[in-house]
Amino acid sequence: MKKIEAIIKPFKLEEVKDGLSRMGVKGMTVTEVKGFGRQRGHKEIYRGAEYQVDFVPKVKIEVVLDSKLVPQAIALIQEKARTGKIGDGKIFVIPVEEVVRIRTGEKGNEAI
Amino acid sequence: MNTGDTAFILISSALVMLMTPGLALFYGGMTRNKNILGTLMQSFIMLGIITVEWVLWGYSTAFGPDHAGIIGGLDWLGLKGVGMEPSTVYGPTIPHMAFMVFQCMFAIITPALITGAFAERVKFSAFVLFTLLWATLVYNPLAHWVWGAGGWLGKMGAMDFAGGTVVHISSGISALAAALIIGKRRGYGKEAFIPHNLPMTVTGAGLLWFGWFGFNAGSALACNGLAANAFVVTHIASATAALSWITIEWLHRGRPTTLGAASGAVAGLVAITPGSGFVGPLAALIIGALVSVICYGGIMLKSKLGYDDSLDVVGVHGLGGTWGALATGLFASKLINPNGANGLFFGNPGQLWTQFLAVAVTWIFAFVMTSIILKVVDVIVGLRVTDEEEERGLDISQHNETGYSLS
Repeated sequence: MKKIEAIIKPFKLEEVKDGLSRMGVKGMTVTEVKGFGRQRGHKEIYRGAEYQVDFVPKVKIEVVLDSKLVPQAIALIQEKARTGKIGDGKIFVIPVEEVVRIRTGEKGNEAI
Repeated sequence: MNTGDTAFILISSALVMLMTPGLALFYGGMTRNKNILGTLMQSFIMLGIITVEWVLWGYSTAFGPDHAGIIGGLDWLGLKGVGMEPSTVYGPTIPHMAFMVFQCMFAIITPALITGAFAERVKFSAFVLFTLLWATLVYNPLAHWVWGAGGWLGKMGAMDFAGGTVVHISSGISALAAALIIGKRRGYGKEAFIPHNLPMTVTGAGLLWFGWFGFNAGSALACNGLAANAFVVTHIASATAALSWITIEWLHRGRPTTLGAASGAVAGLVAITPGSGFVGPLAALIIGALVSVICYGGIMLKSKLGYDDSLDVVGVHGLGGTWGALATGLFASKLINPNGANGLFFGNPGQLWTQFLAVAVTWIFAFVMTSIILKVVDVIVGLRVTDEEEERGLDISQHNETGYSLS
């Protein structure tokens, strides 16, 4: 089992979510985050005082899936989330030790 | 007694009352979210503090029978003698109580203005003590000097229709003293202090604009042509100043901002206040257009001078009020108000000098008294919150509350 953490541009969330659903991914957790990589922030001006805001709003999608599906998921996320401009984001793959469904107690791939 | 006048003054009093929660929102949106309640509270609770002060001794010392042109004395302590019949000197066609409560709303909002200068770092206990002392030792005497029957600045000929000196210059200069004595916020100049809720600020500005019609037009103390003039010039000055401010921003920084529009509107309202019952619509256009230049410049200067007047009370109220008071000396016309005088552009340069004197007196008196009061409060309770409290925010440290429990 693996977890995919994908940091993407917020407006791409719907497309990525729909794509993953059609692929068979049954659930995900989404958080609003901010960060930066090579995409620098922007400036804001309040009563003449200028502030450089480095952090850019992003969305983090966390999906746990069967290891077999990972390459397909990565390809799909990349396809749906890409704009070609700096700031498109990153995908991280992390091994998962255990998964438990709280309601039933199922474990492992049954619980995904 | 006139029912129309009475209705108008009571409604105007309600409008001015609304300006205090409006100010709370205007200021609140500009601070950081951990201080939203602390900031709102400092305006909102003025309704409580100053109302009681006004009833007990404030009204009497500000407007009571005069002593040497300096103060009103204690004849009307606890509103003794202030009843439903008109006063012999204030608002001859309305109940004395109506005049008193109208003035009460002015007394409430004036110290609330100062809080913008020391936002995000003052202890609540210090703020309450400071407010009571400031109201008693600065506002009440100043109101007496300008508006009280027998007050020396009024007798000298100073014209202040609705509070340029008494409200705006006094609070603006006191704000300067406060900013200098209390000192900067931790992290000022290094961390970004970004307004956390500008929609709230713009809402507050809208409420202030609305309430200001009561502030200025109500100061005619009658429902008549002069009130209509004050209403109209108030509206024109605010509108023009808002446009002027965003134009300056657009040219200077490349974009017009909503904070600029709101700030410009408020600056225009401040500037027209002293002259609202003395100047006409075209003068209001000019006063509004120029106040934004002056106040915007003042705020730029603040960055160079380096003091932390957090919400620009000096820049907007102090400078705006000063411009307005002087502009009254330029544009006042007896054609608009026969009980006033003409200004420089209507053949009477002397009025400008009188206005200047009143402004100077207000500057000096407010600055010196406020400085003394702040030092005294610092000794008794200590002005600032601790570093840790400032870091955690006023909401938690002063009020045990969180403004936004958004899950």
